[in-house]
Amino acid sequence: MTEQPNPSREARLEAIREEAARTGRAAGAGVVPANGPMPAATGAGTDGGYYNLPLLKAPVWTWEVPLYFFIGGVAGASEAIALAARISTRAAALERAALWIAVIGALVCPLLLIADLGRPGRFLNMLRVFKWRSPMSVGAWTLVKFSGVAIVAVVANEALHAGIAPGLMGVVTWVAEIGGAVLGLLLLSYTAVLLGVTAVPVWSQNRRLLPGHFVASSIGSASSMLELLGFLVPATQIVGLAASVWETIVGISIEVRGRAVDDSLRRGRSGWAARIGGTLAGPLALGLRIFESSSAEGREFAAVCFVAGALTSRYAWLWAGRASAGNARALFDLQRGR
Amino acid sequence: MSVSAFLTDPTLCIGCKACEVACKEWNGLPQDGLEWTGFSYDNTRQLGASTWRHVLFLEQARPLGTQIAGGEDPFRWVFLSDVCKHCENAGCLEACPTGAIVRTEFESVFVQHDVCNGCGYCVVSCPFGVIDKRVEDGRAFKCTFCYDRQKAGLVPACAKTCPTQSIKFGTIEEMESRAQERVTELRARGYSDAHVYDARGTSVGRSHALFILLGEPEAYNFPPAPDVPTVHLRSAWTAATVAAAVGFLIVCAAFLL
Repeated sequence: MTEQPNPSREARLEAIREEAARTGRAAGAGVVPANGPMPAATGAGTDGGYYNLPLLKAPVWTWEVPLYFFIGGVAGASEAIALAARISTRAAALERAALWIAVIGALVCPLLLIADLGRPGRFLNMLRVFKWRSPMSVGAWTLVKFSGVAIVAVVANEALHAGIAPGLMGVVTWVAEIGGAVLGLLLLSYTAVLLGVTAVPVWSQNRRLLPGHFVASSIGSASSMLELLGFLVPATQIVGLAASVWETIVGISIEVRGRAVDDSLRRGRSGWAARIGGTLAGPLALGLRIFESSSAEGREFAAVCFVAGALTSRYAWLWAGRASAGNARALFDLQRGR
Repeated sequence: MSVSAFLTDPTLCIGCKACEVACKEWNGLPQDGLEWTGFSYDNTRQLGASTWRHVLFLEQARPLGTQIAGGEDPFRWVFLSDVCKHCENAGCLEACPTGAIVRTEFESVFVQHDVCNGCGYCVVSCPFGVIDKRVEDGRAFKCTFCYDRQKAGLVPACAKTCPTQSIKFGTIEEMESRAQERVTELRARGYSDAHVYDARGTSVGRSHALFILLGEPEAYNFPPAPDVPTVHLRSAWTAATVAAAVGFLIVCAAFLL
């Protein structure tokens, strides 16, 4: 069967020919002349950067790293809480539990970090040199020392409870817990510096916000975990309240400042994660603590919300970094002061 | 040892990619995959772990010098071979926790692959987006400035291969003065937007890969005002110290109340 000539389609072909002859190109019906003879010069040129391709390389870290940030933070904060409990002399059971949380975290963390390395067998290369100007180097050394001190602290404290050499073990526990608290505070806050001292705009532009956020998030999570282990004492409630207040302030300041560099904390997958994490650990946990303070279930629910929010936030920051590194236009605006 | 540098000049580049090929071949780099971008003739896209020279293909609605192309609808095609900048204050080198990234006697920045453990911190610390982790290998790779060739007194493979001398190689002083001379010459010839891309005014410092650019650096995906991330060390650590101290005091107060 032969095709009958269709006048309207023939006229369309004539129109395309005329358009091409007149303007030098045929752009009708959404045709993009991809693959030449001359590609559309979209993107290249004055303001779009280079075909909207990323300028920076995206972070290559995988799921282990945000989990490490979280567990390392909890472990570090637990050691600090244990020291505070020891100073107060009236929370021995809580101190013991905190030391166990710290030591478990301290043993899981190196595994997560090693798993993330491109060459896991070379973790020890981290310990070839110490570079104080590299937060990654500071962090690796901190983690190794923290792990050792956390083990000493928990062993000495258990010996103390078992009544073995109380004089010596008392001194060792004190020294190990003070060292553990210092290293633990470093462990939970260095990760904020690690992100802040990079070329990724959303991280480096939040270098002053991140440490407070990570400190509150880590201490609040450790305290919440102690509550879930049954320590529904006033101290954990106060720590939980303070942490949730700070997380609320962090969330509000990101929203209110409305900076273009924080777009990836407000839009897309990373934005959803940041907002969900911030709401769980911030206003939701805070509300539960204030209005359900008399019920054990209320406090436990607040603790679960805070821990879930803190963990979600760590992933949100990694994802936000990936989105931010991929946005060359935002980087140009930032560097041009627009 | 002489301090060496590249000078890359887009007004001489013909987009032949001999530098990309020479770099891959001399350094034994894996292929990037035969994929078409579909939006330009640049199918390499960007520098990466296995791409240490990258020829950019810019399409701009502007005249090239005094040439008449497109009449009232001016058009120019600009090629530029991008490469690691070998910064004086290198973000990757500062970030590297293993000491794998070092400064050589030619003042270039070199990754020792028997030391790199693939932590990936250099990747997010380069303000130019140059160094990257090779997924199948796990370690980070970038331009070596042909350290092996320079040790033997040879010029880097890309500069050796360039058929139009768009990639020049020599002492840094010579390259800096030649860049200025060339820009003066180009301006006299009607390339009014020719300039030297130089990070010397920024925290990155002197660069061992100089570029002459036509128009603003953004079009080449070059940062207009790069910073080495370690300039933020003080403010970040100060914030961390204050936050950690306040956090611990609140915990102590909670237990002592």
